[in-house]
Amino acid sequence: MWCGGAIAQDALEHPDWQGKGFAPNVPDHPLREIISGLAFRTHETKAMQSDDFNNPGFLAVEEGAALWSKVDGAAGKSCASCHQEAVQSMKGVRASMPKWDEKQKKPVNLEQRINICRSENMKAEPWKFGSPELTAMTTYVGHQSRGTPVSVRTDGPMKPWFDRGRQLFYDRVGQLDMSCANCHEKNYGKFLRADFVSQGQTNGFPTYRLQTQRLVPLHERFQGCMFDVRADPYKPLSDEFLALELYIAWRGLGLPVETPAVRN
Amino acid sequence: MRREAALSAAVIAVIFTAPGRLPAVAQGAAAPSAGVAPIAPALLAVKVVEENGVPGVPQALTEKPGDPQAGAKVAVDRRLGNCLGCHQISALGNEQFHGEVGPSLDGAATRWTVPQLRMIVVDPKKIFSDETVMPSFYRVGGPGRVRPEFQGKPILTAQQVEDLVAFLAAQK
Repeated sequence: MWCGGAIAQDALEHPDWQGKGFAPNVPDHPLREIISGLAFRTHETKAMQSDDFNNPGFLAVEEGAALWSKVDGAAGKSCASCHQEAVQSMKGVRASMPKWDEKQKKPVNLEQRINICRSENMKAEPWKFGSPELTAMTTYVGHQSRGTPVSVRTDGPMKPWFDRGRQLFYDRVGQLDMSCANCHEKNYGKFLRADFVSQGQTNGFPTYRLQTQRLVPLHERFQGCMFDVRADPYKPLSDEFLALELYIAWRGLGLPVETPAVRN
Repeated sequence: MRREAALSAAVIAVIFTAPGRLPAVAQGAAAPSAGVAPIAPALLAVKVVEENGVPGVPQALTEKPGDPQAGAKVAVDRRLGNCLGCHQISALGNEQFHGEVGPSLDGAATRWTVPQLRMIVVDPKKIFSDETVMPSFYRVGGPGRVRPEFQGKPILTAQQVEDLVAFLAAQK
């Protein structure tokens, strides 16, 4: 490490991320080691995530649990009417999202799956992306997969979506002319000014961000990154972000779901 | 995004300033678009000159010489050069948080000539490779999906480039 004497860099903790990952078990994976974003955070952040009583993301887990059994819509049903106990019925669901939906003829992610269920089965209004309800339910359902390794399918009808996602990951965009890969593949484990760059893995979403003091869904995070490189972000739940979500999930195959993770 | 695509190559924007004239790009001149003259009159290509096989921009972009102190501000400001985002610079030791993505800029002027430093700021892809993560600070066109408020504008104005080059030229 460079020594700058007076520079306050020394005060910044360099998280001990090396050796905290594992080798991908698929051929032609772009990463030598797959590492959760948790390894790139400070001791304080790690401690906050690992203690369910201190993890602020659990407020959303509780909100989601309340919504789970709340009747809504013309069919007079709640989630629990069909799916009973989420602890059993939702276990592992989030780990394999996005997943192909034969009826929609496209992959859907967890937010979309929840809303499809609301409109088709509950005859209720779909929740808006970014609404506290949708994020809380996504967090609650996601949390039932905590510890389950990410295992998305990328073959068959998912293949073109996977390929599109990969292209988007490497596309340079915005006035700063940067791709996801520029930071999250080539430069993770380094400070970008005051930010310690991770691999951009998605296993913790929705994620409680200390910066914004609330749970942030994955597509909002995508938008934030694009905005920062002065690019015009794609819309949440757009085909582009769906493809990107699928591709980045594949980059993290085998990572345990951490929902709700805590990040900076 | 078709606007960028319509450009056959990245247009390197340079303003040969008439005295007293503000850089058109900095004022937000629209990017050239299909069906319109591809290069607005105020935008001309930077003259790249190779010396010993290394491209450089020997001619200053402005008549007013660069001011190294103003250049230091450009290097620090997150909305301008934000050089500290990626590089360590001992001369800016009072500033917190120096990035680690690129090399230290200490002694940059001992490794590069002034025309080369100007080339690196204007369009580093010409010196390093297209793979470099470093943005081109004085170029429009090329990259896709530029946010509307930044379309057709380089990251830095001609004067900011010159100020930054003056600052870098002092890193010996």
